[in-house]
Amino acid sequence: MILGCKLSAPVKMADRPVPIVEKRLLDVKLGELVTWIGGRDATPNGIFAALRRGHDRYYNKYINVKKGGIGGIAMLLVGYVAISYLWEYDHIKHDRWRKYH
Amino acid sequence: MVLSFFDQFMSPSYLGIPLMALALILPWTLYPKPTSQWISNRVLTLQGWFINRFTQQLMLPLGRKGHKWALLLTSLMVFLITLNMLGLLPYTFTPTTQLSLNMGFAVPLWLATVLIGMRNQPTIALGHLLPEGTPTPLIPVLIIIETISLFIRPIALGVRLTANLTAGHLLIQLIATAAFVLAPLMPTVALLTATLLLLLTLLEVAVAMIQAYVFVLLLSLYLQENV
Repeated sequence: MILGCKLSAPVKMADRPVPIVEKRLLDVKLGELVTWIGGRDATPNGIFAALRRGHDRYYNKYINVKKGGIGGIAMLLVGYVAISYLWEYDHIKHDRWRKYH
Repeated sequence: MVLSFFDQFMSPSYLGIPLMALALILPWTLYPKPTSQWISNRVLTLQGWFINRFTQQLMLPLGRKGHKWALLLTSLMVFLITLNMLGLLPYTFTPTTQLSLNMGFAVPLWLATVLIGMRNQPTIALGHLLPEGTPTPLIPVLIIIETISLFIRPIALGVRLTANLTAGHLLIQLIATAAFVLAPLMPTVALLTATLLLLLTLLEVAVAMIQAYVFVLLLSLYLQENV
C-alpha cells in the first residue's frame, strides 16, 4: 500500500509517529520522560523481562566472547561490593574514627 | 550505639530486604548456563571443566546408587565455595556465617543419608554402630558411644562451617583494626601487622575453599556408608 500510492513528498520510515511508550530510552524527549516511565510494563513479568534483557546485554558483551578476560566478572564483583556498601551504610556509618572500638 | 566486632555478622536490612537475600542470589547469577555450542566462552569452559572434574572425584568411592546424589552434592559444593569466597570481598555479607543456614544444609542432608540406609539396608546401617573387632565387654558402651557420634554428625557439620568462617572473618577484622590503629604510632609494627594481615587473608581464601569441600566430602562419606 505504501509503495503503491504517490504522495507530494516521499514518506520515510522516520516520519511515522511511534507511540512514546515503545521508544527506546535514548530516543525519548525530556518532556515525554514521565509518560514513558508511566507507560512501561511494571508487572512482575515485565520486570523479569527487563532484568533478563539487561543481563543478556551484559553477558553477550563482556562474558560470552571468544577471548573474554577477567574484566567481565571483575566489573560484576565491584558492582556487588558497591551495592553491599550502600545496603549496609546505615549500619557502617557508626564505624567511624573512634578511640575505643 | 555500642559496637562490637560481632556486628559484621548481623544481617543488615535496607528497605526491609536483608542483604542476605542479595548474597544468596548472587551465586546463581555468576554461573552461565551451558549452551549447545561446541566451543563456548572461557567462563563456561572453566566452569564445565571444574564441575566435571569435581563430580568425577566425588563419585569415585560411591557406587551406582550413590550417583543419584551427584547433582545435589556438586551444586552444594559450588554454592558453598562461591558464598565463602564472595564473603571475603569488602563490605559483603557471608551467609555461611549464620548457624541457621549451615544447620539448614547439614541436618536434612544427613538425615536423608541415615533414612536411606535404614530403609534399604537396615542391618548394615545398624551394623555401623559397632566397629569390627571390638572386645566383647566393651560392646554396650561402644554402641552408646557410636549412637551419640551418629547424632552429633549434623551438629558438627553445621558448626564446623560456621565456626571456621566466623573465626576467620573476626580475625581479619581484629588484625586490620590493630594495623590501622598502630599506623600513626609505631609504623614498623604496623607494617608487620599488615604483612600478617596479608598472610591471614590468603589463609582465609584457602579455608573458604577447604571448608566447603570438607562439608560435601563428609556428606558423601556418610552416603557411602548407607547407600
